[in-house]
Amino acid sequence: MENTADSTDGTDSTDFTDATDTKDRDEPSMNRTAHSAHFDYAAYTLGEPIADTRAPDGPVAERWNRRRFEAKLVNPANRRKHTVIVVGTGLAGGAAGATLAEQGYHVVQFCYQDSPRRAHSIAAQGGINAAKNYRNDGDSVQRLFYDTVKGGDFRARESNVHRLAEVSVEIIDQCVAQGVPFAREYGGLLDTRSFGGVQVSRTFYARGQTGQQLLLGAYQALSRQIAAGAVEMRPRTEMLDLIVVDGRARGIVARDLISGEVSTYFADAVVLASGGYGNVFHLSTNAKNSNATAVWRAHRRGALFANPCFTQIHPTCVPRSGEHQSKLTLMSESLRNDGRIWVPLTAGDRRPPAEIPEDERDYYLERIYPSFGNLVPRDIASRAAKNVCDEGRGVGPGGQGVYLDFADAIARLGRKAVEERYGNLFEMYERITAEDPYEVPMRIYPAIHYTMGGLWVDYDLQTTVPGLFAIGEANFSDHGANRLGASALMQGLADGYFVLPSTINDYLARNPHHDGIDDSHPVVAEAVAETEDRLRLLLAVDGDRTPDSFHKEIGELLWDHCGMARNEQGLRKALDRIPQIREEFWRRIKVPGTGEQLNQSLEKANRVVDYLELAELMCLDALHRAESCGGHFREESQTEGGEAARRDGEFSYAAAWEFTGTGTAPVLHREDLVFEYVHPTQRSYA
Amino acid sequence: MRLTLRVWRQPDADTPGAMVTYAVDGISEDMSFLEMLDTLNEELILKGDEPVAFDHDCREGICGACGVVINGDAHGPERTTTCQLHMRHFEDGDTIDVEPWRAGAFPVVKDLVVDRSSFDRIIGAGGYITAPTGSAPEAHATPVPKPDADFAFEHAECIGCGACVAACPNGSAMLFTSAKVNHLNVLPQGAPERETRVLDMVAAMDEEGFGGCTLTGECATACPKGIPLPSITAMNREWLRATRKVAR
Amino acid sequence: MALATRGTDQRPSMTRTLWGSTIGKKTVMAVSGLIMLGYLVAHMLGNLKIFFGAPEFNGYAHWLRTLGEPVLHHEWALWILRVVLVAAVVLHAVCAYQLSRRDRAARPVGYAHKRARATYATRTMRWGGVILALFIVWHILDLTTGTAHPGGFQPGHPYQNVVDTFSTWYGNVVYIVAMLALGLHILHGFWSAAQTLGVGGAARERALRTSAAVLAFALTAGFISIPVAVMTGVVG
Repeated sequence: MENTADSTDGTDSTDFTDATDTKDRDEPSMNRTAHSAHFDYAAYTLGEPIADTRAPDGPVAERWNRRRFEAKLVNPANRRKHTVIVVGTGLAGGAAGATLAEQGYHVVQFCYQDSPRRAHSIAAQGGINAAKNYRNDGDSVQRLFYDTVKGGDFRARESNVHRLAEVSVEIIDQCVAQGVPFAREYGGLLDTRSFGGVQVSRTFYARGQTGQQLLLGAYQALSRQIAAGAVEMRPRTEMLDLIVVDGRARGIVARDLISGEVSTYFADAVVLASGGYGNVFHLSTNAKNSNATAVWRAHRRGALFANPCFTQIHPTCVPRSGEHQSKLTLMSESLRNDGRIWVPLTAGDRRPPAEIPEDERDYYLERIYPSFGNLVPRDIASRAAKNVCDEGRGVGPGGQGVYLDFADAIARLGRKAVEERYGNLFEMYERITAEDPYEVPMRIYPAIHYTMGGLWVDYDLQTTVPGLFAIGEANFSDHGANRLGASALMQGLADGYFVLPSTINDYLARNPHHDGIDDSHPVVAEAVAETEDRLRLLLAVDGDRTPDSFHKEIGELLWDHCGMARNEQGLRKALDRIPQIREEFWRRIKVPGTGEQLNQSLEKANRVVDYLELAELMCLDALHRAESCGGHFREESQTEGGEAARRDGEFSYAAAWEFTGTGTAPVLHREDLVFEYVHPTQRSYA
Repeated sequence: MRLTLRVWRQPDADTPGAMVTYAVDGISEDMSFLEMLDTLNEELILKGDEPVAFDHDCREGICGACGVVINGDAHGPERTTTCQLHMRHFEDGDTIDVEPWRAGAFPVVKDLVVDRSSFDRIIGAGGYITAPTGSAPEAHATPVPKPDADFAFEHAECIGCGACVAACPNGSAMLFTSAKVNHLNVLPQGAPERETRVLDMVAAMDEEGFGGCTLTGECATACPKGIPLPSITAMNREWLRATRKVAR
Repeated sequence: MALATRGTDQRPSMTRTLWGSTIGKKTVMAVSGLIMLGYLVAHMLGNLKIFFGAPEFNGYAHWLRTLGEPVLHHEWALWILRVVLVAAVVLHAVCAYQLSRRDRAARPVGYAHKRARATYATRTMRWGGVILALFIVWHILDLTTGTAHPGGFQPGHPYQNVVDTFSTWYGNVVYIVAMLALGLHILHGFWSAAQTLGVGGAARERALRTSAAVLAFALTAGFISIPVAVMTGVVG
């Protein structure tokens, strides 16, 4: 199935004109303020198709072995001479840094937090999937592969997903060996539970703190390498630009957040493990300081950005309580194992939940999807919640919430068993809302949680900039248009422990020890100067709006028009508005203090700069993908029952965007997706 | 709610600081303590003043980044992290003192931000199990009795926020160190390094300049994750055992 | 790839490990404290013989000097005990001093918002220790060497010496204050020593707390009963 430029232009709901020649692709970044609003950003052009040339062909189950065998290796004695920069210390980054150092490479690793242990992977609650089939319930690598491709609504690569399923088994072994205290049965063996979108019990967990325990495992392995001198750790240092010399990633520009000093770091390869870009929405379940700067700067330097509109809205978050809300808190999806989701049957029913009799409640997930019930995938559960709230049946302040009720579970299992499973989550909920979920049903509402899109990478996890790799949530590779629960931890660790360390050798072996470069190299000097200029300008504007106010504005705009449901009109409106906000930003931003100190406003403002560009690409991607799939729901493309309608004929591809300048129309490169093993069908969880 | 805040302001590590008084208005009781500080900071920025610097990240009580001393209590009056402390625990008109963690091993970086890298070095000294990637045996090869797994988990819950050190009158890191020692030493996987781990971690802890333990129990009272005081006793036991076994 | 991240070969000696570590110094304090505690129990019980009259009390004092004969020479047992006790006191005090200095250095800047921390017994360990150290000096000068004894010190007549001391108001005040300090010191110290030696834990928590309270009360009451008896004329 071949998509041509014509077929996209011919889609019924969009009408794109060709890119005009008037735009200046070499627009200097500092001039962005003046120009951006005048160009039609949406008039993107179609570039050469892109293909994953690294993936071996042959039977899918043999590809990973083949790739590992065919990859060139670096002699152990020579590894010390290769420096690899790793940005980020979450599951992917921490695991990669530790593993590369174990292999003998010299690793220089960065995180903006005060310690590598604080990366946001730590907040993942529910669990990690692995095809161990310990339950003897019919699970297998094949089934995990199948579930993930289907869960991703057939927008992920088969080769990558199969590798992920294969490696999942090794991850559990690795983590247990590190001392990760997974939940165990009385016999001393590992316990598992089920998660949304699957019918087997393959999720390993450590109470509601699985991410924390896995991250600490990786952090401890990394700490060992730091103590041994194999990893040079740079905490409180934020990557602000990528250095590309002769077409290869050779280092980064980073700012010491304490002294404010902007410095360069050079390496033979750069690995971005900086996480997702969900914080572009301002209110998300991401950590407050999680940001898109590393990936966006890499994108500006030539790395294609794939499927930016594929964002995941998590169905079970604590609803917002007011304007002051600074972030949203997730309640693990595992709660849906035992909690039942409902709203009143009639709109406007304002009675307290206990006073609503059973026959006046609508357990809508169980009603619409009888076989998966409350355990439907996240995108479906989220949209269903939005639908009932749109019908006026939402509960709590503003009607933006649905009940997640544990009364049945407590009656069936006893309060103690429920406490054992979800105690910490209940406690957290009570802290935030001052309501006791043992007595009153929880109120939940969907929130931005994860971004499936990210830097385009090949099978080796290498971006389109040679020597630049992206792992974990920072890349786009494995989850398609929707990620299944407990698969983010799996992918982060798979990339970090097993995939990248086996593929980066190949690049390093084929590109041995480049000539040394230093700050005097014109490309380097330019990158540093650009970064310093940007920071200086942010400090110089001295306007009347805070960085946070702009972040809020762009976030709300995205949530309204590029959130749970999208349509052409809304997206066009957002695309019109974003350049205006950007222009206003550079006129009215106010950042007190100086750049030569710890300046959290400056950090924030600089991240917002990138959000203001990324948001635009997300809207364009959402606009161009006129189908619905996974987390991307286009109102124009739905079935009669209101379910997402995929249009495989036109959109069975990954959309990889090329940056051409701030506010100027990007170039779309399409990677066709080929399904040899899992035949695309309309997802059904009924 | 209307509040008076007295906040420690210190431009950088080398400049002396002082408590500065601010009035904040329009505080909702549903706000978290950090959202209240956000509100103050937004006002300060618009006035052209430097906002109060404080560490924070996940705001879900798990990353361990946040932490200030509120009215003399690490993380404030509730047993939780600062980000999960909500303003409903304060009264309209209250005066609230906000100070950074105080410990020689946690030098102030700016305002309420301190340097806790000493914790990372304690972990680096032995707070791990040596299991290079790829070397792991099948996960079910070694069953772990559930009580041991639970014991390990309870200690592994530590978020490394440093409240124990901040609350301890001696600035001791015994609770933090013991949490990791107990987590790893009880597991069969951790057994080969059981002795060296506790000896090296305690030595690193001492080297960083943390105080000794006088068992005041302040650490366990302040710990947002409820790491219990007997954790320290268990580490003492491990340490003495290791000293007998390993030392010449 | 094997990575030598630990210096497993070069471990210091056990003495060095103990003396070089905060936990080691606490162990030294715990052990020396328990030795002193054991001595105090015996000392207190011996003191109570004063209630049986001067001949028995003086006879007991004399017996202490002949303890261990004929294997040991006259007063050797007592001197051995004294050496052990002095060593315990010195080790206990030196460790306490060093740890306290370290603890203060570990918290160079205090909080502006002050509030009481920990229990009274815990907070007063250091000052209590200093009071006890001063008391020991006075106590020895008063009733062992007689240097600071009110009235004429009579070697070999401890009964009369005790009565003399507790016939002065300051003798009573110093002694009673010191014994109250001792009680508080033991209340936290005994339990704390158990934790340091690693014998505490959730299961033994109650037993240890109770033992500490019983020991503290019994020793304080036992010792204080003597000045009270002298003051009230029961002994005299």
